[in-house]
Amino acid sequence: MTEPTLLSGRGLNLTFGTIPALADVDVDLWPGEMLAIVGESGSGKTTLLNVLSGRLAPDSGTVWYRDPADRLHDVHAMPAPALRTLHRSDWGFVHQDPRQNLRMTVSAGGNVGERLMAQGARHYGDIRSAALDWLEQVEIDANRIDDLPRTFSGGMLQRLQIARTLVTHPRLVFMDEPTGGLDVSVQARLLDLIRSLVTRLRIAVVLVTHDIAVARLLAHRIAVMQRGRIVETGLTDQVLDDPRHPYTQLLVSSVLNA
Amino acid sequence: MKGYNFAYLDEQTKRMIRRGLLKAVAIPGHQVPFGSREMPLPYGWGTGGIQVTASILGANDVLKVIDQGADDTTNAVSIRRFFARTAGVATTTATAEATVIQTRHRIPEKQLREDQIIVYQVPQPEPLFRLESSRVETKRMHGLSDYGLMHVKLYEDISRFGQISISYDYPVMVNERYLMSPSPIPAFDNPKMDMMPALQLFGAGREKRIYAIPPWTRVKSLDFEDHPFRTINAPHPCGLCGATDSYLDEVVTDNHGGRLFVCSDTDHCAERRAAGHVGTDGFQEAAE
Repeated sequence: MTEPTLLSGRGLNLTFGTIPALADVDVDLWPGEMLAIVGESGSGKTTLLNVLSGRLAPDSGTVWYRDPADRLHDVHAMPAPALRTLHRSDWGFVHQDPRQNLRMTVSAGGNVGERLMAQGARHYGDIRSAALDWLEQVEIDANRIDDLPRTFSGGMLQRLQIARTLVTHPRLVFMDEPTGGLDVSVQARLLDLIRSLVTRLRIAVVLVTHDIAVARLLAHRIAVMQRGRIVETGLTDQVLDDPRHPYTQLLVSSVLNA
Repeated sequence: MKGYNFAYLDEQTKRMIRRGLLKAVAIPGHQVPFGSREMPLPYGWGTGGIQVTASILGANDVLKVIDQGADDTTNAVSIRRFFARTAGVATTTATAEATVIQTRHRIPEKQLREDQIIVYQVPQPEPLFRLESSRVETKRMHGLSDYGLMHVKLYEDISRFGQISISYDYPVMVNERYLMSPSPIPAFDNPKMDMMPALQLFGAGREKRIYAIPPWTRVKSLDFEDHPFRTINAPHPCGLCGATDSYLDEVVTDNHGGRLFVCSDTDHCAERRAAGHVGTDGFQEAAE
Protein backbone atom coordinates (compact mmCIF):
# COMPACT_ATOMS: atom_id res chain seq x y z
CA MET A 1 0.00 0.00 0.00
CA THR A 2 2.87 2.35 -0.71
CA GLU A 3 1.13 3.47 -3.89
CA PRO A 4 -0.68 6.82 -3.44
CA THR A 5 -4.45 6.68 -3.10
CA LEU A 6 -6.78 7.53 -5.97
CA LEU A 7 -9.59 8.86 -3.81
CA SER A 8 -9.55 9.75 -0.13
CA GLY A 9 -12.26 11.00 2.15
CA ARG A 10 -11.14 12.55 5.44
CA GLY A 11 -13.35 13.40 8.41
CA LEU A 12 -16.60 13.43 6.44
CA ASN A 13 -19.62 14.61 8.40
CA LEU A 14 -23.12 15.21 7.18
CA THR A 15 -26.40 15.46 9.06
CA PHE A 16 -29.88 15.58 7.64
CA GLY A 17 -31.67 17.60 10.31
CA THR A 18 -30.87 15.70 13.49
CA ILE A 19 -30.04 12.45 11.72
CA PRO A 20 -26.31 11.82 11.34
CA ALA A 21 -25.93 10.46 7.79
CA LEU A 22 -22.14 10.49 7.94
CA ALA A 23 -20.08 10.71 11.13
CA ASP A 24 -16.30 11.05 10.97
CA VAL A 25 -15.94 8.87 7.90
CA ASP A 26 -12.47 8.23 6.49
CA VAL A 27 -12.22 6.34 3.20
CA ASP A 28 -9.28 5.43 0.98
CA LEU A 29 -9.34 3.92 -2.47
CA TRP A 30 -6.30 2.81 -4.41
CA PRO A 31 -6.07 2.58 -8.22
CA GLY A 32 -7.63 -0.58 -9.63
CA GLU A 33 -9.16 -1.50 -6.30
CA MET A 34 -12.73 -2.45 -5.62
CA LEU A 35 -14.13 -1.20 -2.34
CA ALA A 36 -17.52 -2.39 -1.17
CA ILE A 37 -19.56 -0.32 1.26
CA VAL A 38 -22.08 -2.55 3.00
CA GLY A 39 -24.67 -2.00 5.67
CA GLU A 40 -28.41 -2.07 6.14
CA SER A 41 -30.60 0.49 4.44
CA GLY A 42 -30.44 3.88 6.08
CA SER A 43 -26.87 3.34 7.25
CA GLY A 44 -25.52 6.10 4.98
CA LYS A 45 -24.03 4.01 2.16
CA THR A 46 -25.58 5.93 -0.71
CA THR A 47 -24.99 9.25 1.05
CA LEU A 48 -21.31 8.37 1.32
CA LEU A 49 -21.25 7.48 -2.39
CA ASN A 50 -22.85 10.79 -3.30
CA VAL A 51 -20.42 12.72 -1.12
CA LEU A 52 -17.40 10.89 -2.53
CA SER A 53 -18.54 11.54 -6.10
CA GLY A 54 -19.06 15.26 -5.45
CA ARG A 55 -22.80 15.13 -5.98
CA LEU A 56 -23.56 16.03 -2.38
CA ALA A 57 -21.50 18.41 -0.24
CA PRO A 58 -20.57 17.28 3.29
CA ASP A 59 -20.97 19.56 6.32
CA SER A 60 -17.29 19.11 7.02
CA GLY A 61 -14.43 17.02 5.75
CA THR A 62 -12.63 16.77 2.43
CA VAL A 63 -12.63 14.40 -0.52
CA TRP A 64 -9.33 14.26 -2.41
CA TYR A 65 -8.98 12.92 -5.93
CA ARG A 66 -5.66 12.30 -7.66
CA ASP A 67 -5.85 12.94 -11.41
CA PRO A 68 -3.75 11.09 -14.05
CA ALA A 69 -1.17 13.89 -13.92
CA ASP A 70 -0.72 13.15 -10.18
CA ARG A 71 -2.33 16.39 -9.03
CA LEU A 72 -4.59 16.32 -6.00
CA HIS A 73 -8.05 17.90 -6.28
CA ASP A 74 -10.44 18.77 -3.49
CA VAL A 75 -13.58 17.39 -5.12
CA HIS A 76 -15.95 19.76 -3.34
CA ALA A 77 -13.84 22.84 -4.01
CA MET A 78 -13.51 22.11 -7.74
CA PRO A 79 -15.20 24.48 -10.16
CA ALA A 80 -18.43 23.02 -11.56
CA PRO A 81 -17.11 22.69 -15.15
CA ALA A 82 -14.07 20.72 -13.96
CA LEU A 83 -16.22 18.39 -11.86
CA ARG A 84 -18.57 17.92 -14.81
CA THR A 85 -15.65 17.07 -17.08
CA LEU A 86 -14.40 14.60 -14.50
CA HIS A 87 -17.81 12.96 -14.30
CA ARG A 88 -18.05 12.46 -18.02
CA SER A 89 -14.49 11.29 -18.65
CA ASP A 90 -12.38 9.99 -15.76
CA TRP A 91 -15.31 8.95 -13.60
CA GLY A 92 -18.45 6.97 -14.10
CA PHE A 93 -21.61 6.40 -12.14
CA VAL A 94 -23.72 3.25 -12.36
CA HIS A 95 -27.17 3.63 -10.84
CA GLN A 96 -29.36 0.93 -9.42
CA ASP A 97 -32.07 1.97 -11.86
CA PRO A 98 -30.50 2.18 -15.34
CA ARG A 99 -33.34 4.47 -16.45
CA GLN A 100 -31.81 7.23 -14.32
CA ASN A 101 -28.69 7.19 -16.43
CA LEU A 102 -29.86 6.08 -19.87
CA ARG A 103 -31.74 8.23 -22.33
CA MET A 104 -34.81 6.13 -23.01
CA THR A 105 -35.68 7.97 -26.24
CA VAL A 106 -32.23 7.50 -27.75
CA SER A 107 -31.02 4.27 -29.37
CA ALA A 108 -28.58 1.94 -27.62
CA GLY A 109 -25.76 3.11 -29.88
CA GLY A 110 -26.50 6.77 -29.15
CA ASN A 111 -26.54 6.04 -25.43
CA VAL A 112 -23.13 4.41 -25.56
CA GLY A 113 -21.75 7.14 -27.82
CA GLU A 114 -22.95 10.12 -25.79
CA ARG A 115 -19.97 10.30 -23.45
CA LEU A 116 -17.61 10.07 -26.41
CA MET A 117 -19.41 12.90 -28.17
CA ALA A 118 -19.45 14.95 -24.97
CA GLN A 119 -15.68 14.55 -24.92
CA GLY A 120 -15.44 15.89 -28.44
CA ALA A 121 -15.51 12.77 -30.65
CA ARG A 122 -16.74 14.01 -34.01
CA HIS A 123 -16.30 10.99 -36.28
CA TYR A 124 -19.54 9.07 -36.76
CA GLY A 125 -17.84 5.88 -37.95
CA ASP A 126 -15.50 5.77 -34.95
CA ILE A 127 -18.32 6.43 -32.49
CA ARG A 128 -20.41 3.71 -34.10
CA SER A 129 -17.64 1.13 -34.02
CA ALA A 130 -16.85 2.01 -30.39
CA ALA A 131 -20.55 1.51 -29.59
CA LEU A 132 -20.59 -1.84 -31.40
CA ASP A 133 -17.45 -2.92 -29.60
CA TRP A 134 -18.90 -2.04 -26.21
CA LEU A 135 -22.23 -3.69 -26.88
CA GLU A 136 -20.30 -6.85 -27.66
CA GLN A 137 -18.25 -6.51 -24.47
CA VAL A 138 -21.40 -6.34 -22.38
CA GLU A 139 -22.96 -9.20 -24.35
CA ILE A 140 -25.69 -7.27 -26.13
CA ASP A 141 -26.38 -8.45 -29.68
CA ALA A 142 -24.88 -6.05 -32.25
CA ASN A 143 -28.10 -5.86 -34.24
CA ARG A 144 -29.81 -4.20 -31.25
CA ILE A 145 -27.62 -1.11 -31.68
CA ASP A 146 -30.40 1.00 -33.20
CA ASP A 147 -33.12 -0.21 -30.83
CA LEU A 148 -34.51 1.98 -28.09
CA PRO A 149 -33.65 0.97 -24.50
CA ARG A 150 -37.33 0.59 -23.68
CA THR A 151 -37.35 -2.62 -25.76
CA PHE A 152 -34.57 -4.05 -23.54
CA SER A 153 -34.95 -6.33 -20.53
CA GLY A 154 -33.86 -5.20 -17.05
CA GLY A 155 -30.57 -7.08 -17.24
CA MET A 156 -29.82 -5.72 -20.71
CA LEU A 157 -30.56 -2.18 -19.54
CA GLN A 158 -28.10 -2.58 -16.71
CA ARG A 159 -25.45 -3.93 -19.11
CA LEU A 160 -26.16 -1.05 -21.49
CA GLN A 161 -25.65 1.38 -18.63
CA ILE A 162 -22.31 -0.24 -17.87
CA ALA A 163 -21.25 0.02 -21.53
CA ARG A 164 -22.31 3.67 -21.59
CA THR A 165 -20.28 4.36 -18.46
CA LEU A 166 -17.13 2.45 -19.39
CA VAL A 167 -16.85 3.62 -23.00
CA THR A 168 -14.58 6.52 -22.03
CA HIS A 169 -12.30 4.18 -20.02
CA PRO A 170 -12.87 5.85 -16.65
CA ARG A 171 -10.36 5.25 -13.85
CA LEU A 172 -12.98 5.36 -11.15
CA VAL A 173 -16.57 4.13 -11.19
CA PHE A 174 -19.17 4.59 -8.48
CA MET A 175 -21.77 1.84 -8.39
CA ASP A 176 -24.97 2.05 -6.39
CA GLU A 177 -26.52 -1.40 -5.99
CA PRO A 178 -25.78 -2.37 -9.62
CA THR A 179 -27.45 -5.74 -9.24
CA GLY A 180 -30.48 -4.62 -7.27
CA GLY A 181 -33.84 -5.56 -8.71
CA LEU A 182 -32.50 -8.27 -11.01
CA ASP A 183 -33.29 -11.95 -10.74
CA VAL A 184 -30.63 -14.28 -9.41
CA SER A 185 -29.33 -15.78 -12.67
CA VAL A 186 -29.14 -12.37 -14.37
CA GLN A 187 -27.40 -11.03 -11.27
CA ALA A 188 -24.77 -13.75 -11.47
CA ARG A 189 -24.01 -13.01 -15.12
CA LEU A 190 -23.85 -9.29 -14.45
CA LEU A 191 -21.49 -9.75 -11.51
CA ASP A 192 -19.28 -11.93 -13.65
CA LEU A 193 -19.28 -9.27 -16.36
CA ILE A 194 -18.47 -6.44 -13.94
CA ARG A 195 -15.66 -8.44 -12.38
CA SER A 196 -14.01 -9.31 -15.68
CA LEU A 197 -14.33 -5.78 -17.14
CA VAL A 198 -13.09 -4.06 -14.01
CA THR A 199 -10.12 -6.40 -13.66
CA ARG A 200 -9.15 -6.17 -17.31
CA LEU A 201 -9.42 -2.37 -17.49
CA ARG A 202 -8.00 -1.85 -13.98
CA ILE A 203 -10.85 0.40 -12.92
CA ALA A 204 -11.19 1.44 -9.30
CA VAL A 205 -14.72 0.93 -8.03
CA VAL A 206 -16.65 2.15 -5.03
CA LEU A 207 -19.51 -0.28 -4.77
CA VAL A 208 -22.50 0.25 -2.54
CA THR A 209 -24.50 -2.85 -1.77
CA HIS A 210 -26.60 -4.37 0.95
CA ASP A 211 -25.84 -7.80 -0.44
CA ILE A 212 -22.87 -9.38 1.36
CA ALA A 213 -22.58 -12.04 -1.33
CA VAL A 214 -22.06 -9.39 -4.01
CA ALA A 215 -19.39 -7.75 -1.89
CA ARG A 216 -17.62 -11.05 -1.33
CA LEU A 217 -17.62 -11.85 -5.02
CA LEU A 218 -16.39 -8.49 -6.29
CA ALA A 219 -14.62 -6.48 -3.64
CA HIS A 220 -11.03 -6.48 -2.50
CA ARG A 221 -11.82 -4.47 0.56
CA ILE A 222 -14.99 -3.87 2.47
CA ALA A 223 -16.25 -1.14 4.75
CA VAL A 224 -19.21 -1.84 7.01
CA MET A 225 -21.45 1.09 7.85
CA GLN A 226 -23.88 1.55 10.68
CA ARG A 227 -25.75 4.77 11.46
CA GLY A 228 -23.38 6.89 9.39
CA ARG A 229 -20.19 5.41 10.84
CA ILE A 230 -17.74 2.97 9.33
CA VAL A 231 -17.63 0.39 12.11
CA GLU A 232 -15.26 -2.05 10.50
CA THR A 233 -13.02 -2.06 7.46
CA GLY A 234 -10.48 -4.47 6.00
CA LEU A 235 -9.88 -7.12 3.37
CA THR A 236 -13.18 -8.66 2.29
CA ASP A 237 -12.40 -12.24 3.27
CA GLN A 238 -10.94 -11.16 6.57
CA VAL A 239 -13.94 -9.08 7.55
CA LEU A 240 -16.51 -11.58 6.38
CA ASP A 241 -14.78 -14.69 7.77
CA ASP A 242 -13.73 -13.16 11.04
CA PRO A 243 -16.02 -10.22 11.80
CA ARG A 244 -14.99 -8.36 14.91
CA HIS A 245 -17.58 -5.64 15.39
CA PRO A 246 -20.87 -6.94 16.82
CA TYR A 247 -22.83 -5.30 14.01
CA THR A 248 -20.69 -6.99 11.34
CA GLN A 249 -21.15 -10.29 13.13
CA LEU A 250 -24.88 -9.77 13.08
CA LEU A 251 -24.79 -8.80 9.41
CA VAL A 252 -22.73 -11.81 8.38
CA SER A 253 -24.73 -14.27 10.44
CA SER A 254 -27.99 -12.99 9.01
CA VAL A 255 -26.95 -14.03 5.50
CA LEU A 256 -27.86 -17.60 4.65
CA ASN A 257 -24.63 -18.76 3.04
CA ALA A 258 -22.38 -15.89 2.17
CA MET B 1 -48.58 58.96 -35.40
CA LYS B 2 -50.45 60.75 -32.63
CA GLY B 3 -50.62 59.19 -29.20
CA TYR B 4 -47.76 56.80 -29.83
CA ASN B 5 -44.08 57.09 -29.11
CA PHE B 6 -41.66 56.81 -32.03
CA ALA B 7 -41.64 53.16 -33.19
CA TYR B 8 -44.52 52.21 -30.85
CA LEU B 9 -42.52 51.14 -27.75
CA ASP B 10 -41.92 53.62 -24.94
CA GLU B 11 -38.36 54.81 -24.42
CA GLN B 12 -37.81 52.92 -21.16
CA THR B 13 -38.72 49.63 -22.81
CA LYS B 14 -36.40 50.36 -25.72
CA ARG B 15 -33.66 51.15 -23.25
CA MET B 16 -34.19 47.83 -21.50
CA ILE B 17 -34.07 45.97 -24.81
CA ARG B 18 -30.96 47.84 -25.98
CA ARG B 19 -29.25 46.94 -22.73
CA GLY B 20 -30.12 43.29 -23.41
CA LEU B 21 -28.83 43.66 -26.97
CA LEU B 22 -25.50 45.05 -25.76
CA LYS B 23 -25.06 42.10 -23.46
CA ALA B 24 -26.06 39.71 -26.25
CA VAL B 25 -23.51 41.22 -28.62
CA ALA B 26 -20.85 40.99 -25.92
CA ILE B 27 -21.52 37.26 -25.46
CA PRO B 28 -22.15 35.95 -28.99
CA GLY B 29 -24.83 33.25 -29.08
CA HIS B 30 -25.78 33.57 -25.40
CA GLN B 31 -29.50 33.94 -24.68
CA VAL B 32 -30.27 37.08 -22.68
CA PRO B 33 -33.65 37.33 -20.95
CA PHE B 34 -35.67 40.49 -21.49
CA GLY B 35 -39.05 41.81 -20.44
CA SER B 36 -41.01 41.09 -23.59
CA ARG B 37 -43.97 43.46 -24.04
CA GLU B 38 -47.45 42.77 -25.29
CA MET B 39 -47.40 43.73 -28.96
CA PRO B 40 -50.36 44.40 -31.25
CA LEU B 41 -49.87 41.08 -33.01
CA PRO B 42 -50.04 37.47 -31.80
CA TYR B 43 -47.10 35.48 -30.47
CA GLY B 44 -45.50 33.58 -33.31
CA TRP B 45 -46.00 36.44 -35.76
CA GLY B 46 -42.78 38.18 -34.88
CA THR B 47 -43.31 39.86 -31.50
CA GLY B 48 -39.64 39.35 -30.60
CA GLY B 49 -38.25 40.60 -33.88
CA ILE B 50 -40.58 43.60 -33.92
CA GLN B 51 -39.47 44.69 -30.42
CA VAL B 52 -35.81 44.42 -31.36
CA THR B 53 -36.44 46.37 -34.56
CA ALA B 54 -38.42 49.03 -32.66
CA SER B 55 -35.60 49.57 -30.18
CA ILE B 56 -32.83 49.95 -32.80
CA LEU B 57 -34.76 51.93 -35.38
CA GLY B 58 -33.75 55.56 -35.96
CA ALA B 59 -35.53 58.22 -37.99
CA ASN B 60 -33.08 57.86 -40.90
CA ASP B 61 -33.23 54.09 -41.13
CA VAL B 62 -34.58 52.30 -44.17
CA LEU B 63 -36.51 49.19 -43.23
CA LYS B 64 -37.03 46.00 -45.19
CA VAL B 65 -39.20 43.19 -43.85
CA ILE B 66 -39.26 39.71 -45.35
CA ASP B 67 -41.25 36.63 -44.54
CA GLN B 68 -40.00 33.35 -46.05
CA GLY B 69 -37.85 35.50 -48.32
CA ALA B 70 -40.80 37.41 -49.74
CA ASP B 71 -41.54 41.12 -49.28
CA ASP B 72 -45.19 40.75 -50.24
CA THR B 73 -46.57 38.19 -47.79
CA THR B 74 -48.96 39.08 -44.96
CA ASN B 75 -46.43 39.11 -42.13
CA ALA B 76 -43.93 41.18 -44.09
CA VAL B 77 -46.49 43.66 -45.37
CA SER B 78 -48.11 44.25 -41.98
CA ILE B 79 -44.87 44.68 -40.03
CA ARG B 80 -43.48 47.02 -42.70
CA ARG B 81 -46.67 49.09 -42.60
CA PHE B 82 -46.64 49.03 -38.79
CA PHE B 83 -43.26 50.74 -38.69
CA ALA B 84 -44.08 53.07 -41.57
CA ARG B 85 -47.03 54.31 -39.47
CA THR B 86 -45.55 54.29 -35.97
CA ALA B 87 -42.03 55.46 -36.81
CA GLY B 88 -42.50 57.12 -40.16
CA VAL B 89 -39.30 55.48 -41.43
CA ALA B 90 -38.66 54.85 -45.10
CA THR B 91 -39.28 51.28 -46.21
CA THR B 92 -37.92 49.35 -49.13
CA THR B 93 -37.97 45.92 -50.69
CA ALA B 94 -34.45 46.23 -52.08
CA THR B 95 -31.91 44.41 -49.88
CA ALA B 96 -29.09 46.76 -50.85
CA GLU B 97 -31.00 49.90 -49.86
CA ALA B 98 -32.10 48.72 -46.40
CA THR B 99 -30.23 49.55 -43.21
CA VAL B 100 -32.39 47.30 -41.02
CA ILE B 101 -33.84 44.04 -42.30
CA GLN B 102 -36.34 42.14 -40.19
CA THR B 103 -36.72 38.57 -41.34
CA ARG B 104 -38.67 35.45 -40.74
CA HIS B 105 -37.24 32.11 -42.01
CA ARG B 106 -34.70 33.43 -44.53
CA ILE B 107 -31.48 35.38 -45.01
CA PRO B 108 -31.46 37.47 -48.22
CA GLU B 109 -29.42 36.02 -51.08
CA LYS B 110 -27.49 39.26 -51.53
CA GLN B 111 -24.42 39.51 -49.30
CA LEU B 112 -25.14 41.92 -46.42
CA ARG B 113 -22.81 44.79 -45.56
CA GLU B 114 -21.23 46.15 -42.39
CA ASP B 115 -23.68 49.06 -42.25
CA GLN B 116 -26.70 46.77 -42.17
CA ILE B 117 -28.45 44.98 -39.30
CA ILE B 118 -30.52 41.85 -39.74
CA VAL B 119 -33.18 41.06 -37.12
CA TYR B 120 -34.51 37.50 -36.93
CA GLN B 121 -37.90 36.51 -35.57
CA VAL B 122 -37.35 33.50 -33.33
CA PRO B 123 -40.08 31.13 -32.14
CA GLN B 124 -37.85 28.93 -29.95
CA PRO B 125 -34.44 30.25 -28.88
CA GLU B 126 -33.32 27.10 -27.05
CA PRO B 127 -31.59 24.70 -29.48
CA LEU B 128 -31.75 21.87 -26.94
CA PHE B 129 -35.43 22.17 -26.08
CA ARG B 130 -36.54 19.01 -27.86
CA LEU B 131 -33.76 17.00 -26.28
CA GLU B 132 -33.78 18.28 -22.72
CA SER B 133 -37.08 19.49 -21.33
CA SER B 134 -35.69 21.19 -18.21
CA ARG B 135 -34.67 24.79 -18.80
CA VAL B 136 -32.60 24.70 -15.61
CA GLU B 137 -30.61 21.83 -17.09
CA THR B 138 -30.16 23.43 -20.52
CA LYS B 139 -28.88 26.60 -18.84
CA ARG B 140 -26.35 24.49 -16.99
CA MET B 141 -25.37 22.76 -20.22
CA HIS B 142 -24.80 26.13 -21.93
CA GLY B 143 -22.83 27.33 -18.92
CA LEU B 144 -20.55 24.30 -18.99
CA SER B 145 -20.47 24.07 -22.78
CA ASP B 146 -21.78 20.52 -22.45
CA TYR B 147 -23.19 19.89 -25.91
CA GLY B 148 -22.70 16.13 -26.36
CA LEU B 149 -26.47 15.73 -26.38
CA MET B 150 -26.89 17.76 -29.57
CA HIS B 151 -24.46 15.44 -31.31
CA VAL B 152 -26.43 12.47 -29.99
CA LYS B 153 -29.38 13.86 -31.96
CA LEU B 154 -27.22 14.06 -35.10
CA TYR B 155 -25.92 10.54 -34.44
CA GLU B 156 -29.49 9.26 -34.16
CA ASP B 157 -30.37 10.91 -37.46
CA ILE B 158 -27.49 9.26 -39.29
CA SER B 159 -28.14 5.84 -37.80
CA ARG B 160 -31.85 6.04 -38.69
CA PHE B 161 -31.87 7.91 -41.99
CA GLY B 162 -28.27 7.62 -43.21
CA GLN B 163 -27.85 11.39 -43.06
CA ILE B 164 -28.49 14.37 -40.81
CA SER B 165 -32.15 15.05 -41.47
CA ILE B 166 -32.46 18.58 -40.05
CA SER B 167 -33.48 20.82 -42.94
CA TYR B 168 -34.22 24.03 -41.05
CA ASP B 169 -33.28 25.52 -37.66
CA TYR B 170 -30.01 23.63 -38.03
CA PRO B 171 -27.99 24.09 -34.79
CA VAL B 172 -24.80 26.13 -34.95
CA MET B 173 -21.83 26.84 -32.68
CA VAL B 174 -21.19 30.56 -32.36
CA ASN B 175 -17.65 31.75 -31.80
CA GLU B 176 -16.71 28.18 -30.80
CA ARG B 177 -18.53 28.61 -27.52
CA TYR B 178 -22.33 28.74 -27.51
CA LEU B 179 -24.73 26.37 -29.21
CA MET B 180 -27.38 28.48 -30.89
CA SER B 181 -30.61 28.08 -32.78
CA PRO B 182 -30.36 30.10 -36.01
CA SER B 183 -34.20 30.45 -35.97
CA PRO B 184 -36.11 28.42 -38.56
CA ILE B 185 -34.06 29.50 -41.56
CA PRO B 186 -33.28 26.68 -44.01
CA ALA B 187 -29.94 24.94 -43.46
CA PHE B 188 -29.19 26.39 -46.90
CA ASP B 189 -28.76 29.80 -45.25
CA ASN B 190 -26.50 28.66 -42.41
CA PRO B 191 -23.21 29.31 -44.27
CA LYS B 192 -24.29 32.95 -44.78
CA MET B 193 -24.17 33.50 -41.01
CA ASP B 194 -20.51 32.61 -40.83
CA MET B 195 -18.29 35.73 -40.86
CA MET B 196 -21.23 37.89 -41.92
CA PRO B 197 -20.27 41.59 -42.15
CA ALA B 198 -23.69 42.67 -40.82
CA LEU B 199 -24.80 42.57 -37.19
CA GLN B 200 -27.28 39.75 -36.55
CA LEU B 201 -29.88 40.16 -33.79
CA PHE B 202 -32.43 37.56 -32.68
CA GLY B 203 -35.63 38.24 -30.75
CA ALA B 204 -37.98 35.66 -29.26
CA GLY B 205 -41.04 37.46 -27.89
CA ARG B 206 -43.00 34.63 -26.33
CA GLU B 207 -39.86 33.03 -24.86
CA LYS B 208 -38.53 36.45 -23.78
CA ARG B 209 -34.99 35.94 -25.04
CA ILE B 210 -32.59 38.03 -27.11
CA TYR B 211 -29.35 36.84 -28.64
CA ALA B 212 -26.91 38.14 -31.20
CA ILE B 213 -23.99 37.44 -33.48
CA PRO B 214 -21.60 40.39 -33.88
CA PRO B 215 -20.18 41.09 -37.35
CA TRP B 216 -17.34 38.86 -38.52
CA THR B 217 -18.00 36.04 -36.05
CA ARG B 218 -17.36 32.35 -36.69
CA VAL B 219 -20.61 30.41 -36.99
CA LYS B 220 -20.22 26.69 -37.56
CA SER B 221 -23.00 24.24 -38.32
CA LEU B 222 -22.65 21.07 -36.24
CA ASP B 223 -21.62 17.94 -38.09
CA PHE B 224 -19.43 14.86 -38.01
CA GLU B 225 -16.06 14.60 -39.76
CA ASP B 226 -17.34 11.74 -41.91
CA HIS B 227 -20.80 13.28 -42.35
CA PRO B 228 -20.01 16.93 -43.03
CA PHE B 229 -22.66 19.63 -43.01
CA ARG B 230 -24.22 20.16 -46.43
CA THR B 231 -26.94 22.41 -47.69
CA ILE B 232 -30.06 21.06 -49.33
CA ASN B 233 -31.90 22.76 -52.16
CA ALA B 234 -34.29 21.70 -54.91
CA PRO B 235 -32.23 20.53 -57.92
CA HIS B 236 -33.76 23.05 -60.34
CA PRO B 237 -33.04 26.53 -61.65
CA CYS B 238 -35.55 29.25 -60.73
CA GLY B 239 -38.47 29.11 -63.14
CA LEU B 240 -38.70 32.89 -63.40
CA CYS B 241 -35.12 34.15 -63.35
CA GLY B 242 -33.11 31.01 -64.04
CA ALA B 243 -30.95 31.39 -60.92
CA THR B 244 -29.24 28.15 -59.85
CA ASP B 245 -27.63 29.42 -56.64
CA SER B 246 -30.65 30.70 -54.71
CA TYR B 247 -33.04 28.94 -52.34
CA LEU B 248 -36.17 27.77 -54.14
CA ASP B 249 -39.83 27.49 -53.19
CA GLU B 250 -42.00 24.89 -54.82
CA VAL B 251 -45.28 26.38 -56.04
CA VAL B 252 -48.12 24.14 -57.15
CA THR B 253 -49.65 25.77 -60.23
CA ASP B 254 -52.61 23.57 -61.16
CA ASN B 255 -54.46 20.37 -60.26
CA HIS B 256 -52.57 18.24 -62.77
CA GLY B 257 -49.23 18.00 -60.98
CA GLY B 258 -47.94 21.24 -62.46
CA ARG B 259 -45.33 22.93 -60.31
CA LEU B 260 -42.97 25.80 -60.49
CA PHE B 261 -39.70 26.31 -58.62
CA VAL B 262 -39.05 29.96 -57.90
CA CYS B 263 -36.58 31.95 -55.81
CA SER B 264 -37.89 32.33 -52.28
CA ASP B 265 -36.08 35.71 -52.13
CA THR B 266 -38.46 37.84 -54.20
CA ASP B 267 -36.16 40.85 -54.30
CA HIS B 268 -33.28 38.73 -55.61
CA CYS B 269 -35.52 37.24 -58.30
CA ALA B 270 -36.96 40.61 -59.38
CA GLU B 271 -33.51 42.14 -59.57
CA ARG B 272 -32.24 39.32 -61.78
CA ARG B 273 -35.24 39.56 -64.06
CA ALA B 274 -34.77 43.32 -64.35
CA ALA B 275 -31.20 42.60 -65.41
CA GLY B 276 -32.51 40.43 -68.25
CA HIS B 277 -32.24 36.90 -66.79
CA VAL B 278 -35.17 34.73 -67.82
CA GLY B 279 -36.07 31.24 -66.59
CA THR B 280 -38.04 28.60 -68.47
CA ASP B 281 -41.38 29.82 -67.05
CA GLY B 282 -40.47 33.46 -66.96
CA PHE B 283 -41.53 34.70 -70.40
CA GLN B 284 -44.51 36.72 -69.15
CA GLU B 285 -42.32 38.84 -66.88
CA ALA B 286 -39.78 39.26 -69.65
CA ALA B 287 -42.50 40.44 -72.02
CA GLU B 288 -43.72 43.17 -69.68
